[in-house]
Amino acid sequence: MLASMKLVMAICRRVLLSIGGLACLLTLAACTSTPPPPALDLSLTRASPNNHFRITLIPPQGTTPIQQIHSWTVKVATPTGEPATKALVYMNGGMPEHGHGMPTRPAVTREIAPGTYLVEGVKFNMSGWWELLVAVQLGPASDVTTFNYIVPLPAHAK
Amino acid sequence: MRSLSKHLPGCLRTFCFALIAFPAVANAEVRWSDTELAILSSLRLSQLPPMPVDPSNTQENNPHAIALGKRLFFDPRLSRNGQVACATCHDPAKQFQDGRPRAVALGMTERRTMPLAGAGYSPWLFWDGRKDSLWSHALAPLEDALEHGGNRTRYAHLLKANYAEEYRAVFGALPDLAGMPQDAGPLGSELEKKAWDAMPAPAKQSVSRVFANLGKAIAAYVKTLRHSESRLDRFVDALLRRDRKAGEHLNDSEQAGLQIFIGKGQCVSCHNGPLFTDHFFHGTRVPPRDAASPDPGRSEGALMVQQDEFNCLGPFSDAKSAQCLELRHMSIYEPALRRAFKTPSLRGVAERAPYMHAGQFASLREVVRHYIAAPESVPVTTLRGHGHGSGSALLPVALSEAETNQLIDFLGTLSAPVVEVVPAQNPRR
Ligand code: HEC
Ligand code: HEC
Ligand SMILES: [Cu+2]
Repeated sequence: MLASMKLVMAICRRVLLSIGGLACLLTLAACTSTPPPPALDLSLTRASPNNHFRITLIPPQGTTPIQQIHSWTVKVATPTGEPATKALVYMNGGMPEHGHGMPTRPAVTREIAPGTYLVEGVKFNMSGWWELLVAVQLGPASDVTTFNYIVPLPAHAK
Repeated sequence: MRSLSKHLPGCLRTFCFALIAFPAVANAEVRWSDTELAILSSLRLSQLPPMPVDPSNTQENNPHAIALGKRLFFDPRLSRNGQVACATCHDPAKQFQDGRPRAVALGMTERRTMPLAGAGYSPWLFWDGRKDSLWSHALAPLEDALEHGGNRTRYAHLLKANYAEEYRAVFGALPDLAGMPQDAGPLGSELEKKAWDAMPAPAKQSVSRVFANLGKAIAAYVKTLRHSESRLDRFVDALLRRDRKAGEHLNDSEQAGLQIFIGKGQCVSCHNGPLFTDHFFHGTRVPPRDAASPDPGRSEGALMVQQDEFNCLGPFSDAKSAQCLELRHMSIYEPALRRAFKTPSLRGVAERAPYMHAGQFASLREVVRHYIAAPESVPVTTLRGHGHGSGSALLPVALSEAETNQLIDFLGTLSAPVVEVVPAQNPRR
């Protein structure tokens, strides 16, 4: 039983020194039950915590789907606004109020334009407050940036 | 006016702004806010998206496959003793389940039989999601010694003797089985395994293909099993039309229970959408059936589906690898998946006690009491330290005895017959 947990830890440890370690941490970070901050900052463009990057999240067009796999786009730039090309980018998420992560494991599959990365395999299983974590590594610089996103209820259809 | 927004979890409150404004609708006792109406709207069966296409089974909409699958589903010859069919445990008179805490056929299974309506919407099958399609799912009980207890060559011979023409119409002619052992399969008895190992690789391959196709036909039938509209659907439709007679569909107690369900009970976070499930896995701290060796649930199920030769990426799947999105993006090593089980649909729930993955609770009252207590269990160690992270996904719910009764009353409004919906005949690709 505990074996599978140990496996998780082992895998996380093994990759901890690489960027994959960040992806592991992203998963775990989404697991702590936290009440929502009084006013959520919903900005989808943020400077990374150590100011290495400027990151913009682009949700899918139209209503963000629930219970359906879809793609997002992440734009990564340097603080001066140059596109950060050939960076390693990971995205994951979870619902802080519920203590669970995303039901899928998203992956960056392509850099579709300089500094613009396609994230496939995103899925939300509930509406409400999600934290989306984006880890970026470029050369010696790496940072994990947290975004807030509200997945709305499906639009009314009568 | 009683403001419920206070009781709503923050996540529900924060996106009020995103909703279309709706004048609040009043009736005798219960008042509904705009946010509540938006949630109610999303629960209606009419809001279900079209049945998702399974790219790994190109025959699923073929009417001949559905007809063949239906006969196979009810055929007890598909078993070691000639007495066990899918329908033995999945009884159409009981929402395609059996009303037992654990299923009984050749032996007793570890878990409870799941109802089948709407299963085609689920990306993961079984309580632990160890299968990623209905067809690969059907193969598991057929080879399980506790269930049908058959084996691959036996099923191939059986198809040849009884369904050769029906099979040919869907999948093409059956291979030549002359000289193949009567009983052989990789999961059977020692003798059957030996016989299987002795078969040449191409013979194994062609028999496994027949076996996969058997699953694909049964899956085509299972996919037609759907829910029909219940009193709740009619109530919400009437409420959204601002029909003054909405209250004729749900009495005051049921309405109050519904308000708890989508409000302070927090039930709707996991039991969401028209099927009342998020199709994912949660640790809700239901006491394990066997405390000495608790069921690992999804944490093991994810590893099993990844290794399954009949998964979406495997040689018997009709899908291109790019179409296997769920499997390719499966979340595996998340601590919260430990002892997590699939959120069951709540449609029809009042008519099919007992509850939970091993029938741990005999009544809905026991279920609601469990949610009120939301017991914490063994803390899990995470990289962040001890205990915190992946404990129960449930926040305690404070409900009075009266509210408990209302919630139970509400669950009774979800009952409605299971129906067969045959897909529109559009031959694919
Ligand atoms: C011995 C009783 C038994 C028989 C026979 C049986 N099942 Fe099941 N079925 C179960 C049990 C028990 C589960 C849940 C098991 C688990 O999670 O490990 C289940 C789960 C399922 C599910 C999953 C539903 C969901 O929402 O995930 C499907 C689909 C299903 N069975 C179809 C079939 C088909 C098709 C057959 C015949 C080939 C069949 N079953 C034969 C007992 C049985
Ligand atoms: C964190 C997600 C979550 C929340 C919140 C939640 N449930 Fe559940 N529910 C589940 C899961 C997962 C199961 C199956 C657990 C198992 O079998 O171990 C379940 C099982 C059930 C069952 C049994 C159904 C069956 O077929 O066995 C009922 C009834 C139920 N829940 C009602 C409720 C009600 C009422 C509430 C609110 C008080 C609620 N649930 C809140 C996830 C949730
Ligand atoms: Cu959640």
